[in-house]
Amino acid sequence: MSAGRPLSRRGAVLRHLALAPIALFALAPFLWMLLTSIKPPEEIFLDTIRLWPQHFYGLENYAAAFTKAPLGRFLLNGAVVTASIFLLQAAVALPAAYALAKLRFRGRETVFALVLLCLLIPPQAVAVPLFLLFFQLGILNSYAALIVPFTISVFGIFLMRQFFRTVPDDLVDAARIDGISEFGIVWRVMLPTALPALTAFGIFSVVAHWNDYFWPLIAVNAEHLYTPPLGVVAFRNEEAGTSYGPLMAAAAIIILPLVLLFLFAQRRFIEGITFTGMK
Amino acid sequence: MAGIELEGIRKSFGPTAVLKGVSLAIADGEFLSLVGPSGCGKSTLLRIIAGLEVQDAGRIRIGSRAVEGIAASARNLAMVFQSYALYPHLTVAENIAVPLRMRRLSGLQRLPLVGGLLPGSRRERAAIDAAVRSAAEILDIGHLLQRKPAQLSGGQRQRVAVGRALVREPEAFLLDEPLSNLDAKLRVHMRSEIAGLHRRLATTFVYVTHDQAEAMTMSDRIAVMLDGELLQVATPHEVYHRPADRRVAEFIGSPKINLLPAAIGGDGAVTLLGLPTGRVALEGQGQAALAGLRPEALHETRGRGLAGRVVHLENLGSEIFLHVAVEGLEAPLVVRREPEPDGSHAAPRLADGPVTLDFDARRLVLFDRQGRALPLRAAPRQDARPRAEAAHG
Repeated sequence: MSAGRPLSRRGAVLRHLALAPIALFALAPFLWMLLTSIKPPEEIFLDTIRLWPQHFYGLENYAAAFTKAPLGRFLLNGAVVTASIFLLQAAVALPAAYALAKLRFRGRETVFALVLLCLLIPPQAVAVPLFLLFFQLGILNSYAALIVPFTISVFGIFLMRQFFRTVPDDLVDAARIDGISEFGIVWRVMLPTALPALTAFGIFSVVAHWNDYFWPLIAVNAEHLYTPPLGVVAFRNEEAGTSYGPLMAAAAIIILPLVLLFLFAQRRFIEGITFTGMK
Repeated sequence: MAGIELEGIRKSFGPTAVLKGVSLAIADGEFLSLVGPSGCGKSTLLRIIAGLEVQDAGRIRIGSRAVEGIAASARNLAMVFQSYALYPHLTVAENIAVPLRMRRLSGLQRLPLVGGLLPGSRRERAAIDAAVRSAAEILDIGHLLQRKPAQLSGGQRQRVAVGRALVREPEAFLLDEPLSNLDAKLRVHMRSEIAGLHRRLATTFVYVTHDQAEAMTMSDRIAVMLDGELLQVATPHEVYHRPADRRVAEFIGSPKINLLPAAIGGDGAVTLLGLPTGRVALEGQGQAALAGLRPEALHETRGRGLAGRVVHLENLGSEIFLHVAVEGLEAPLVVRREPEPDGSHAAPRLADGPVTLDFDARRLVLFDRQGRALPLRAAPRQDARPRAEAAHG
């Protein structure tokens, strides 16, 4: 240990020197957003690059973000939609994954092959058919339109199935002998053991649908149904021209829940990713 | 408590026949071991009894009840798994309580907060707590009740798994290689504990193992299984001393039984490498056969016998095994020798030395070419071969 330490420390320094510029490069737009959100309008379009504003204008921008558009409403919509999507996805994916991983039935491998096949279909490909279908059903412009298309997540089914396969069969058999029903096994035995994987999936799901711009743009046009990404764009369409300060403030606000969520579940998230071998 | 009756149980997985018509009657309160090499179908048979697999053909009765079509949980059997199969997210106490909670509480009563308020629920919960406590007491894990399985050692997890089985007061216990994940020392210890538990509960135990030592030490009867068939079902003594089949003889006993070519004369007299044995076969006269001699049935002699030389000496402390190469035999014979307190028995100079071996003809077993045991009796003239150690063993 002691012999290897100076060497490895030097190695660590070198590694960080190499990685830091790359990290900075990735962070730059994000930092620029935060800085712009606290600059007064006249400082945003200066011909010199100035990182820190001369006049702190943060309060005004963030206040404007909440008053110029119903940002609170957008955040609430985002929370309702992403939470509903995730809960419904779990409700479908867990039993399906259990059946695919632990039950023996004719055609199981075929069903699983279909699940894998569905992983290959890009959401854009089905967007127009879905739009037409929802139009026929008359559910465009509703929460349902935002939620329903994502309730069956083949990725979730796949991920949970891979995890459930690592749960020993003996545990399932023990539960059966103890008198737990098959659905009971899913919720009372498999779910608790699969929490790390479900958390990882939850983060994937929440991030994807919180940030989704494509489908909400198609499915809703009533402002009271806007999800945060749609809401941010509202700032650009103000008749007084684009106000970048409040726009960046709004963007910072809608990113905040995700950053908090990630920090909160960081360890679980990394566990989940290393465990599933996905990225 | 109940006996278990199996009749003509068959099971195939795809084209592979795993069980080829197994019939077995297990008495109420009996400790029966199903023993055989891995892949012989013993675990599948146990799972069929438990109701976790469905047999292709055959009938099962538990007590007086035919259990076809009855779910695993309703058969009221308890099973202990090799991997223990504890619920990782529940404490020891909760793990043990699961079968009782499932049986005694309704779905509503099991709810975390509301459940406690429902009528009758509190009384049941107290009863379950008491049952868990008393099971933990029996297994000496009372101090671990609030731990999670991950915080327990292998032996402790094993006890929790037994506790979960115990608490439901089952008709019978099914144990699937419960000791094979433990280290050697603990395994020997748990062996006597499980045997003690069986004596205390006097319930039927069906114990699956590939370890013949576990089967020999704990069982009332042993069922030796190979390739989906039962070869012999008998007491440990009988399985060891009167194996019904050559494969049984080879599977049971460590070190393995010695097999030597033998001949049966026209009058039934059995000779071993040309030596008369003083035994008469009642069947198979005039045929070649195979004689089985356990290591303790062989001993060194200064008189006549099988000449050979010691090629290897194994000292286990409590006993010594000589490996003796005998001319005309492919494998060396393994001979048990009693250790002497002064150590003279184990002198290394004995290796490679010439020895003459005699055998105890009463311990000889004979198999025909198909491996079936042949009945033997003593030759009419007992003094045909003068024996100094007739009283041996």
